[in-house]
Amino acid sequence: MTRLLLTGNAAAAWGARLAGAEYFPVFPITPQTEIIETLGRWIDRGEMGGRMVTLDSEHSMITAAGAGAAAGVRTFTATSSQGLLYGMEMLYTVAGWRVPLVMVNVSRGLSAPITLEPDHNDILAARDSGCLILHAATCQETVDAVLLATRIAEDPRVRLPVVVNLDGFYLSFTREPVTLPDATLVSRFLSDMDPNEYAFRADKPVSEAVAVLGGGPYSYFRYETHLASLAGGTVFDEATQDYAEVFGREYGALQTHKSDNADVVFVQMGSFATKAQDAVDRLRDRGVKAGLVRPFLIRPWPGEALRQALKNIKAVVVIDQNISMGMGGVLHSEVASVLYGHANMPPILMSAIGGLGGRDIVFNEYAALAEEALQAVESGETPPPRLLYTATELREIRKLQAIAAVEELQHEEDEP
Amino acid sequence: MSKSSRFARMKDLPSAHLLGAGTAMCAGCGGLEAVKEVYDVLGKKTVFVNAAGCMTLSAVYPFTPFQGSWLYTAMASAPAGAQGVRDALDILKAKGRISDDQDLDVVVLTGDGSAYGMGLSATSGAIERNLNFLYLCYDNEGYGNTGQQTSGATPLGARTSTDTLGFMGNKKDLFAIWAAHDPAYVATVIGSEPLDLARKVETAASLQGPRLILALSPCPTGWDYDPKDTVEIGKLAVKTGIWPLKEYINGRVTHTRIPHPRVPVEEYLKRQGRFKHLFEPVRDDFTIADIQARVDAYWAEVEDGEG
Repeated sequence: MTRLLLTGNAAAAWGARLAGAEYFPVFPITPQTEIIETLGRWIDRGEMGGRMVTLDSEHSMITAAGAGAAAGVRTFTATSSQGLLYGMEMLYTVAGWRVPLVMVNVSRGLSAPITLEPDHNDILAARDSGCLILHAATCQETVDAVLLATRIAEDPRVRLPVVVNLDGFYLSFTREPVTLPDATLVSRFLSDMDPNEYAFRADKPVSEAVAVLGGGPYSYFRYETHLASLAGGTVFDEATQDYAEVFGREYGALQTHKSDNADVVFVQMGSFATKAQDAVDRLRDRGVKAGLVRPFLIRPWPGEALRQALKNIKAVVVIDQNISMGMGGVLHSEVASVLYGHANMPPILMSAIGGLGGRDIVFNEYAALAEEALQAVESGETPPPRLLYTATELREIRKLQAIAAVEELQHEEDEP
Repeated sequence: MSKSSRFARMKDLPSAHLLGAGTAMCAGCGGLEAVKEVYDVLGKKTVFVNAAGCMTLSAVYPFTPFQGSWLYTAMASAPAGAQGVRDALDILKAKGRISDDQDLDVVVLTGDGSAYGMGLSATSGAIERNLNFLYLCYDNEGYGNTGQQTSGATPLGARTSTDTLGFMGNKKDLFAIWAAHDPAYVATVIGSEPLDLARKVETAASLQGPRLILALSPCPTGWDYDPKDTVEIGKLAVKTGIWPLKEYINGRVTHTRIPHPRVPVEEYLKRQGRFKHLFEPVRDDFTIADIQARVDAYWAEVEDGEG
């Protein structure tokens, strides 16, 4: 058992190395680049096998990755934010190809304005692509998730790309102690790809990804992909069970913290959910029965598990680190969609948006949200969605705006 | 061009054809004509990696005219798809997971919309990485599949559905763009000159690295002429000097056909509805002379360089 201090990015690279990935079409983007640099260094030093090729864009990168996987080579790649969106056409496309590649996305807020720190609008834009999505909250989860993703992606019942998400900066550049899976045990968890199951051989001509005409065949293939994604839920359960047996670490579609007997439960995903976990402990110290439900599996969406976890809970606060303009939090509506219409579901389902572009979410905010949600239980009416922003932050932005106004004025005076 | 070509005369061209009939292409499609001729030379140990365009509709579930393999990608990234397939087959061979005789030649197949425009970044990247692939572009000088809008390959004066008064810019020189990358091989061809085409495809197939076969593809629907005239219009494109047949190999450009004397461009233009506005209702002498002058200047430079 090797225990190392690793960044989230290094953990992702270790995951790919231990999974035995051998094809790496890549393209750099902050904050993901360390992943591909790490893999490139290992390959160049002969510490691992594999072929790395730097493409001209993420669009090309995902195309090459999909084509390599279609031909039966274990393929790994990574991207972030603008890169994920630039390659989005191909993400949908390679999912439709039903190929088993693994891609890490290191979340970063989307332009405009262009920024570097994380939120989840990038990965949630891939929500409907057909790719399965795992969202890691720690460096340990990151390495484990890449191995799980490889197994799930290649399962014949699934055969879809799997995206492993982790948050930029907060996780990508944070070092945490990581227990690396024993390389000699990996073969007990992952079997080699069978080259006979894949495309493009001289004696077995095949046409892949051909056009279809009409809604009948189109719907058939789209439904098939949806059912394969749903089957990914079962395969996830099997894979995590085997993973626990081989490597001793357990994962569920939902990672919960003190949610069983809670009055108020936060639902949040990613590394910021560890802030929620800390807030739960501090609220419990104050006598507030708080809990946390953190989705680890985002696609397929674990609806039944969410119903079980939130059954008989009085109040739920979904904290979205994303914003669907004109609607609100994406996770909030996803949670609502699987709870509504079922018996004994939480009467109060509050929405809060926070953590955009890496904005911190502090304990007082968790405490205020919990209090408001519990008060709402009395009235039976869910409060309006909250956009988390403090008076201090507003003062700071007003200062910046004042500077911008002065600069503009000076520029006008300088004009001849 | 290889001196020891197995295609010495027309009767040496393959008599059995590999590409199946009954595709969704238009009658008289000059692109399909070129693809058919190219496929006969390349053979079925190939995988065609396709970008969005007319030929995308050649393989419609569950039918395909190709006896070998096919992968449809998207409009911008067929060369990147070729990269993935090539790399994967190389990895599998190196590891002994497939035998060498299971290998395929990787052929990118796109129209001019992708080759001259949206796919250029992916193409340039594939060439700079020295990817071992053949790129076949059927160039019908517009976004043909969507009804002939102006593309990066549309020539001066041509009417398109987005330039209804005639395109005022110039056709991009894709041959030169490729040659500037110093790839293994670049050639222009046309289906109406099948011997020249077969020899060039033969040469391309004998080489490793990035190779382009750029086929001007007369298009009855987009260029507005009777489908039966595809071969004749193709021949006129060569005889007028509008479509120079040439190849780039080892840093040198060689013209494989120098039309002499050159037929006036007018003979080519007036056969096509897309240039009709140059002749009716009033003759546009200025534009016709401009097109002729550009062709003359091109060949004057060729004669200086190669003469």
